[in-house]
Amino acid sequence: MPKEDIQLILDTAVSFREVLERPIKKVPPLQGKTIANLFFESSTRTRLSFELAERRLSADVLGFQAAGSSVSKGETLKDTARNIEAMKIDMVVMRHAASGAPHYLSTVIESAVINAGDGGHEHPTQALLDMYTLREKFNKLQDLHICIVGDISHSRVARSNIYGLKTMGAKVSVCGPATLIPRDVERLGVDVYHHIDDVLPKVDALNILRIQLERDAGRLFPSIREYHNYYGITRQRLDKAGGEVVIMHPGPINRDVEISADVADGENSVILQQVLNGVAVRMAVLYLLGTRN
Amino acid sequence: MNILLKNGRLIDPVSGRDETVDIHIVNGRIDKLGHNITASGSTQSIDLKGKIVAPGFFDMHVHLREPGFEHKETILTGCTSAAAGGFTAVACMPNTKPAIDDESVIKFIHERAKIALNGLVDVYPIGAVTLGRKGEHLAPLAELASAGAVAFTDDGDPVHDAEIMRRALEYSSMFKKAVIQHAQDLPLTKGGVMNEGFNSTTLGLPGMPSVAEDLMVARDIQLAKYTNAQYHVAHLSTAGCVELVRDAKKNGLHVTCEVTPHHFTLTDDAVRTYDTNTKMNPPLRSRDDVEAMKEGLRDGTIDAIATDHAPHSFDEKQVEFQQAPFGIVGLETAIGLAITELFEKNILSLFQLIEKFSTNPRRILHLHEIKIQEGESANFTLFDPSVEWKVDVQKFKSKSKNSPFGGYVLRGKAVGIINNGQAYWN
Repeated sequence: MPKEDIQLILDTAVSFREVLERPIKKVPPLQGKTIANLFFESSTRTRLSFELAERRLSADVLGFQAAGSSVSKGETLKDTARNIEAMKIDMVVMRHAASGAPHYLSTVIESAVINAGDGGHEHPTQALLDMYTLREKFNKLQDLHICIVGDISHSRVARSNIYGLKTMGAKVSVCGPATLIPRDVERLGVDVYHHIDDVLPKVDALNILRIQLERDAGRLFPSIREYHNYYGITRQRLDKAGGEVVIMHPGPINRDVEISADVADGENSVILQQVLNGVAVRMAVLYLLGTRN
Repeated sequence: MNILLKNGRLIDPVSGRDETVDIHIVNGRIDKLGHNITASGSTQSIDLKGKIVAPGFFDMHVHLREPGFEHKETILTGCTSAAAGGFTAVACMPNTKPAIDDESVIKFIHERAKIALNGLVDVYPIGAVTLGRKGEHLAPLAELASAGAVAFTDDGDPVHDAEIMRRALEYSSMFKKAVIQHAQDLPLTKGGVMNEGFNSTTLGLPGMPSVAEDLMVARDIQLAKYTNAQYHVAHLSTAGCVELVRDAKKNGLHVTCEVTPHHFTLTDDAVRTYDTNTKMNPPLRSRDDVEAMKEGLRDGTIDAIATDHAPHSFDEKQVEFQQAPFGIVGLETAIGLAITELFEKNILSLFQLIEKFSTNPRRILHLHEIKIQEGESANFTLFDPSVEWKVDVQKFKSKSKNSPFGGYVLRGKAVGIINNGQAYWN
């Protein structure tokens, strides 16, 4: 996504962010438009955030969850989406476990497709809301240094953040055990760290990723305990590094695994602002796409 | 069938011949080979000026899908695709349903091949190494060999267990057959759908590291050395494997290998669009690997070009990349890709190219040589090395159209084939 587009979305989101502070938080631009939320993978935060954004723009909203639908009866993604599109919808918001699924869907249906997270590929609106939150905090993105901590290999949030932040002129580092850093990631223009204490003193903000407890412990790193001891962001660790850093997390949080409770709830944490800004940013994206032409 | 091939350039690696000649074929046999032969009576005369006459091309790695997956391909459509692509013979892989782990399946394939296009294309089944290709119990290799299996493989899957591999190599060497390996370490590639590298990182797709292929080939070469058996690497795709095979040959082992046209043409950059027709196993690799394929072809490390023709129906590929089956069709673009990527770019001479398409596959599978002399039966691939054409997958004779090369402009195309008293013209 080019810099101008990111700028436009973030600027547009400012006015919607203001709408969210009003007593009546609803505006009419998408009245008469129908948006289908196709969530082929379970999600609470992103699904509710999109749904709220759609409703606050006065769109009609169709919900969809993979469980109990035709997908569980063996229908293909293509057929499911084309059937829903046949009911005359205007936009699709899709979450899918397979990387590239929204890209594929956009080749078989007419409606605009918004990626709400695809596998280990991208999560564009999460990166946009992260950038919005950083810009709100620092009044700029240019020359900020952000470190993304944790499982970079499987993280769509990491990829989208790297693309977005690099485009906006920020410096991006990633930090995690070697087993969770994807191959050749430095070719994206990021610095790779394996020791969190080496990078902490250098950064303005940390974006801390969730560790998939069930999947990863034992195979990709030895144990949760060891992960916490070497990569967990704790008050003590931050104090030792000196200086204050802004703490972000896309959620859901594993308290005292990748982040300690006092850091998550501390004064430099913007985790809940991220959630609020998410609604404004998604309103901006929906508004800009839904009112084209 | 009486045909007079006029003015073709005959290139025959077996006899070392390269000259412009006329060939008169009577009842499927070479009646006369010389200059200024004139057609008489019912003889059909074909001017082949500027075209190449070569011993029949042999694709030693084809999935004909029958029995079991006739919605993808049948022996008839597969043979037609082979003929259109310029192949007079194919070896077919045992991952059918049932697998080729019983002589009855070999007999079935022979019967079907005999009636497909009246036996124009020779079909040589390759037997499974293990029962059901499950990697656990040896298939009846002697019985399969007696029935006509030309080699053994569990292709589609590797023979993963080193002990089974060792025994398969020992057992098959009793009747001088190669064990062909689909080289892939399974734990290292679990869940993988493309090459591991920068592209898998940006696409967020699970990767299959090249070292997973290297490890299996390295292990197998040690086993081949220990058992003094014949070992062939199917569709090798990594620079590391080329190096391993090169060394094995230097050490005098009976180790050979093949490469597919897509592995010497495309890199994993092609996957960036999530086109499921760029998904195959082994996956498209890096630029360095592609260059290593070319070097291996040039210096003779890579013996054969084989397509790994793997038909899948349109709908099967119309899914998310991770869900799509591995494989692409290859028979009808093989000559074009080889001429465009190898001959035109001075990697191989036409002479070497014909060795890799005809002479060497036959040698690896211990089939008789094609003799181009008077009195011998005519088995020819005729191709035009300079014609330019645009690939239109809808025109493929294969039942399936799953190719990443649609729209490509290639140089070089089969004109036709002659085999078993039949001819096929494009």
